[in-house]
Amino acid sequence: PFPRICEGDCAVLKRDDVFKAVPVLRRRKIIFEKQWFYLDNAIGHIYGTTFEVTSGGNLQPKQEVEETTTETKAAGTDNRNIVDDGRSQKLTHDDIKALKDKGIKGQEIVQQLIENSTTFRDKTEFAQDKYIKKKKKKYEAVITIVKPSTRILSTMYYAREPGKINHLRYDTLAQMLTLGNVHAGNKMIVMETCAGLVLGAVMERMGGYGTIIQLYPGGGPVRAATGCFGFPKHFFDHLHEFPLSKVHSLLSGTFSTETLPAEAEENLLVEEESNGLADEKQTSPQETEEEAAAEAAMESNQTEEQETMDMSAEDAELKEHKEKEVKENVRIFTEKQRKQWERRKKLLETAALLKEKNADGLIVASKFHPTPLVLPLLEFVAPSRPFVVYCQYKEPLLDCYTKLRERGGVINLKLSETWLRNYQVLPDRSHPKLTMSGGGGYLLSGITVVLEKGRADSSHLEELKMEEPSSKRCKVQELHC
Amino acid sequence: MSFVEYGDTIKDGDTAIVFLGHESMFPVKVQHGTVTQTKYGVIRHSTDLIGKKYGSKVTCSKGGWVFILHPTPELWTMNLPHRTQILYSTDISIITMMLELKPGSIVCESGTGSGSLSHALIRTVAPTGHLYTVEFHQQRAEKAREEFREHGVEHLVTVTNQDVCKNGFGVSNIADAVFLDIPSPWEAIGHAKSALKTEGGRICSFSPCIEQVQRTCLAMEEYGFTEINTLEILLRVYNVRTVSLQIPDLGKAAEDNSSIGFDCSNPSNQGSPCPNLQQGTVQFKSSVPLREMVGHTGYLTFATKS
Repeated sequence: PFPRICEGDCAVLKRDDVFKAVPVLRRRKIIFEKQWFYLDNAIGHIYGTTFEVTSGGNLQPKQEVEETTTETKAAGTDNRNIVDDGRSQKLTHDDIKALKDKGIKGQEIVQQLIENSTTFRDKTEFAQDKYIKKKKKKYEAVITIVKPSTRILSTMYYAREPGKINHLRYDTLAQMLTLGNVHAGNKMIVMETCAGLVLGAVMERMGGYGTIIQLYPGGGPVRAATGCFGFPKHFFDHLHEFPLSKVHSLLSGTFSTETLPAEAEENLLVEEESNGLADEKQTSPQETEEEAAAEAAMESNQTEEQETMDMSAEDAELKEHKEKEVKENVRIFTEKQRKQWERRKKLLETAALLKEKNADGLIVASKFHPTPLVLPLLEFVAPSRPFVVYCQYKEPLLDCYTKLRERGGVINLKLSETWLRNYQVLPDRSHPKLTMSGGGGYLLSGITVVLEKGRADSSHLEELKMEEPSSKRCKVQELHC
Repeated sequence: MSFVEYGDTIKDGDTAIVFLGHESMFPVKVQHGTVTQTKYGVIRHSTDLIGKKYGSKVTCSKGGWVFILHPTPELWTMNLPHRTQILYSTDISIITMMLELKPGSIVCESGTGSGSLSHALIRTVAPTGHLYTVEFHQQRAEKAREEFREHGVEHLVTVTNQDVCKNGFGVSNIADAVFLDIPSPWEAIGHAKSALKTEGGRICSFSPCIEQVQRTCLAMEEYGFTEINTLEILLRVYNVRTVSLQIPDLGKAAEDNSSIGFDCSNPSNQGSPCPNLQQGTVQFKSSVPLREMVGHTGYLTFATKS
């Protein structure tokens, strides 16, 4: 069963180290790396196929060509006699443009550039190699279509839109999945504001086995990146969502579905999100777009229906039953109610899952201060389970570390960061790449243990909000460190 | 308990981790009637462990206490008996992601070594994937088999005792990913290619020396692998400390010192107590890197067969 590119898929375009996620649609113009083309011809090919862009924006599978080695192989030994007079290339800008306009293959243009370079033969072998690579990159426009994965999407997001994922570098995400022991069968709690990338990564590692509860701020979870993974439908069967604004009431026992998150605020947020993600909308697959549209529609329905909000579930059912007999416009009305009722039912189910307090792990990666998230959310996690908290900045994690120590119920707390260095490996030219990423965020990880009663009382939420620990406490901590 | 499935309570035959504090821990095989000695005294398995919840605090005979943890590949990595140099979780995490491993993946690995990576791979590909691991050292291969059995994951792994460079992985065209941690990986690239599915897959080679990387990259290119990429990942761990620095005495009157103006509300000073808690000092919370860190484990070279 070769994975083939199908219409409606979410695919990733790749040119060298540049990625872009696109929905595979017929007669849809795609712009990538200053080129435009259509994906129509790519449909039916195997993922991993490399294509050339031909005139009219068509894609044509690239044939493997034997490298036409420059005939003589003459090369210089050093650059003592190479002078930069700006006239080594005998082809002018206009000549090159003319070649391009004639539709001549990039490979041939590169060959012509080499032949018309007076200094090429005097360059060292290595310099020649570098020259060819540079020209190839510019004139030989090949793109590879690959299947999305956490590896590809996390690399893509970090390079293209780091702001949307709170600068979570891909190696840091890799640490989170491992430190969190994310695997099939887990019951995971995920709180992220990384466009759904972290959620997608967790879903990939769980392979559709187990349960995920996503906690979201505002009106609904953002899953633009999740959509890019192209997960099969059944992966969403055990994906639940729960509003962050309901966590406190759930913990204090006052939870009810009577007051859902403020609808007005909800719409505002959705709008804001869709504006911010204007570019992303294009890169996300059709499926997500449809989903988003459906969600948006659902949400606007809710606004209209604010008055019916306080109706109990049974009432809704009863009313639905009665109104079935009534005319067309009312039918639509009850349809909305049915959705509302279903939404509440789901919320109750998710609340029940959380209330079991037996989650197998907690993953936090958000734009919010981690402390007020982690302390209450850990209540939902079983003992002897790992948790991982990401933050772009180190300082909030210092605070979180301190507060967790005060709370108790956690061991093996570790504040860490990874550095990632890429290498150029070529015969006699191996060295670290010139530039490396300055930072990919920080992680605070640990393991939960049974929280003892005495300490549990002292860790009451109100007390945890206390900003300044007493000096005595500080000293005790220092001893602990 | 198993390394691929969480359980709530400690059972006879489980492998559990005894956590003493400060990253000091060790694995223990839970058995009725057995006792384990710790510096805090004796733990009696029948009464102190079996039936208790994972994550419980267990009081030892001398009154000291320990926590009993559910095993995970990461805890195992920190506690396993070394038969070879092992891979640690930092490298393992990037290997797992870059090889695109997930439930259902078929992976080939060589050498098995002490099984540090193997446990993590098995965890990730379970319940429908499989690990084919090749170890040329007979005793190590057998020891690994025994551990997999004890850890309840034997159905997910096949250990083969042969030389991967000469005889390959013993399977062909079935793997989604191949991992090599052997002294001469370039000699196994051909075998790796034939182990991978015909439609393609990913490969990773781990080598401590750049010369090994060099030869491996050449071999990968020769066998038509693409997206060849070498990287190195380093872990920096920080201690969280409250530090107090003395305010120098410049000969001013005591009350004038406050006019220096240490800003308590400064966000970088957040959560830390104000200056002058002790006379003449400023306290702040800081993250201090460990005095020494692991500077190099190995280079990781990834590539794609397509």
